[in-house]
Amino acid sequence: MKNITYTISVYAENNVGLLNRISAIFLKRHINLESFSTSASEIPDVFRFVIVVNTDADRVRKIVQQIEKQVDVIKAFYHTDEETIFQENALYKVKSSSLFEERHIQNIIKSSHATIVTVSPEFFVIELTGFREETEQLRKDLTPYGLLQFVRSGRISVTKAKMGISEILNTFKNTK
Amino acid sequence: MEIKTKKKSMTNHDNSIRISGAEAVIRCLLEEGADLVYGYPGGAIMPIYDELYKYQDKLHHVLTRHEQGAAHSAQGFARTSGKVGVAMATSGPGATNLVTGIADAQIDSTPMVCITGQVASHLLGSDAFQETDIIGISTPVTKWNYQVTKASEIPEIMAKAFYIARTGRPGPVLIDITKDAQFDSLDFSYKKCIGIRSYTPTAKLSNKSIEEALELINQAKKPFVVWGQGVILGNAENELKTFLEKSGIPAAWTILGLSALPTNHPMNRGMVGMHGNYAPNILTNECDLLIAIGMRFDDRVTGDLNTYAKQAKIIHLELDPAEVNKNVDVDVALISDCKISLQELNKKIKTKVYPNWIKRFDDLDKIEYDKVIKHDLHPKKEGLTMGESIEMINKYSKNDAIIVTDVGQHQMVACRYAKFSRTKSNVTSGGLGTMGFALPAAIGAKMGAPRREVVAVIGDGGYQMTIQELGTIFQQQIAVKIVVLNNDFLGMVRQWQQLFFDKRYASTEMVNPDFVTIAKGFRIKAKRVEKRDDLETAISEMINSKEPFFLEICVEKEDNVFPMIPSGASVSDIRLE
Repeated sequence: MKNITYTISVYAENNVGLLNRISAIFLKRHINLESFSTSASEIPDVFRFVIVVNTDADRVRKIVQQIEKQVDVIKAFYHTDEETIFQENALYKVKSSSLFEERHIQNIIKSSHATIVTVSPEFFVIELTGFREETEQLRKDLTPYGLLQFVRSGRISVTKAKMGISEILNTFKNTK
Repeated sequence: MEIKTKKKSMTNHDNSIRISGAEAVIRCLLEEGADLVYGYPGGAIMPIYDELYKYQDKLHHVLTRHEQGAAHSAQGFARTSGKVGVAMATSGPGATNLVTGIADAQIDSTPMVCITGQVASHLLGSDAFQETDIIGISTPVTKWNYQVTKASEIPEIMAKAFYIARTGRPGPVLIDITKDAQFDSLDFSYKKCIGIRSYTPTAKLSNKSIEEALELINQAKKPFVVWGQGVILGNAENELKTFLEKSGIPAAWTILGLSALPTNHPMNRGMVGMHGNYAPNILTNECDLLIAIGMRFDDRVTGDLNTYAKQAKIIHLELDPAEVNKNVDVDVALISDCKISLQELNKKIKTKVYPNWIKRFDDLDKIEYDKVIKHDLHPKKEGLTMGESIEMINKYSKNDAIIVTDVGQHQMVACRYAKFSRTKSNVTSGGLGTMGFALPAAIGAKMGAPRREVVAVIGDGGYQMTIQELGTIFQQQIAVKIVVLNNDFLGMVRQWQQLFFDKRYASTEMVNPDFVTIAKGFRIKAKRVEKRDDLETAISEMINSKEPFFLEICVEKEDNVFPMIPSGASVSDIRLE
């Protein structure tokens, strides 16, 4: 089976330790994570984990079964890139002098649609949101001008299909 | 409930009472019907032990000699009583010593609640004395765990712990309670947990899958059932029996499914797996329909997955959705409690017989009897065999003992030859294969079924891993019968060395102590048998004893357990010699 990128979305209670529990599922199977991010979800008190892995269809299905088995997990899904809308966010810190000395750098910023977040006498910071290839290209383009720092977030994504988490929670409320 | 400490307690207007976190722990246990705990005290759990002292007429605490013993005892108790076992330990080493038992309970789906003390919350993360991150350590081997840092959390968390441990696929839960949370007070009132929104213990069975399963069963010419512990955990023994009797389908068990159906039931065709019976293993690869009930296709059952039952359609009755299509892809999955699934199947199943198919089992059984069983049970050689020892235990316990086994050759032989009339009678470490399990588990097994005869069958290796629990047995006067089948070897490893490592017996020969003297040192009645002529009298004396009794049986040193599916081979490549 072919390895491809899967985005795993997990809706869960915000309990200390759940992060460990979920990462242990990957550790036990010796699977490396491409990225992992957590945030609030559209439902109050429900957290959302977005995990990106490169693996095959069989393994991702089994991993998601194991994640969903955890007591504090409400529901877990996995999707291919085609089934999701996803973005990453990157920050680039560059010497201020290069902004003025190297005219070319302004063209790079403009053509990449990056935005300038802050400027100080010593450095400036630009931000770019987009696909991995886009943030990666900008990193490569800026490197010759003295990239002081670079950081990229994990993938965040929403699915094209409906998730139905509120329905699950309502069913629980009504049967209780 | 009347309690000794009532005078101290103040009743609030909402019917709650003001008590300490430590007392709340005890009252939660009593609310959950847990009146027996196994444990070992220490600094960080002393407030709870202080309350145990006050409640000792309501809650019996068994002081084991090691925390691992407490965990295995709680497991043994859970396995024979069907209730949640409870183990307690202090922080740091106390907590880490529980971990083997917790891991064993996790893989064998045993309901257990472990309570550990923890350093005071202001010391967390400071590397304080006996501080260890037991939540981090136990996470991969618990069904759920939680660290309590406030007394007010205790009732809700304890209620959740018991609910999670016993519902759905049972498993171990660990609750770590900081010392300040034990000392602080709270307004106590108890509500049992009836549901958790993120947790579905039992899925709703789909009618469509029942119809599909019935269709496959109706078409089958050579159907075969393999059941596991799910039948016992789901209290589905009667449903299984009805299903087999009506459908006429021959059935075999995994090691943890043993005793769900009486040994002498005509549909019971023995054990599957690495040292299972010849017929059910071979015929796994001949059947046209495999019905797996409450089992998880462990590698010791399936051997090589690429050649496992490839010719058959497969129906899987399973509670845990994560087990479906995990190791073996199935045609129809009945995801629910197997008791419910079997009840639904039983409503519509047709009465049938499969005489030719059954004859295949009979024929292969005869081959196994001639090649293996005859020599195990009625040996012509001088040395005693493990098999004849088990057969003698069957005779004197009238096939009705609870047999607790450790891990290794003796375990395989006991599971092959022990005879059972009642369910919940086989207690062994299946998934984890924990040597040292049997002696402490037997303590719990006896306390979980006090009127039953409990015989622990242990090898000389595993016995010495938790031998200190003889102290617990004596102190509590638990009338377990302990049989050590002594071959002065780590027999199973030695067998593998003989077969697969050119007889290089690396570190498997044991120079053993005088086990009888040791047992006597613990003031337990003890005997040793070296000759066949003495076996019957000794076992008869042991079974008739009202007290704990230790019996060492010196067996042939270099016997092997057969049949055997070599590791990684196909079930149909099972070897008889």
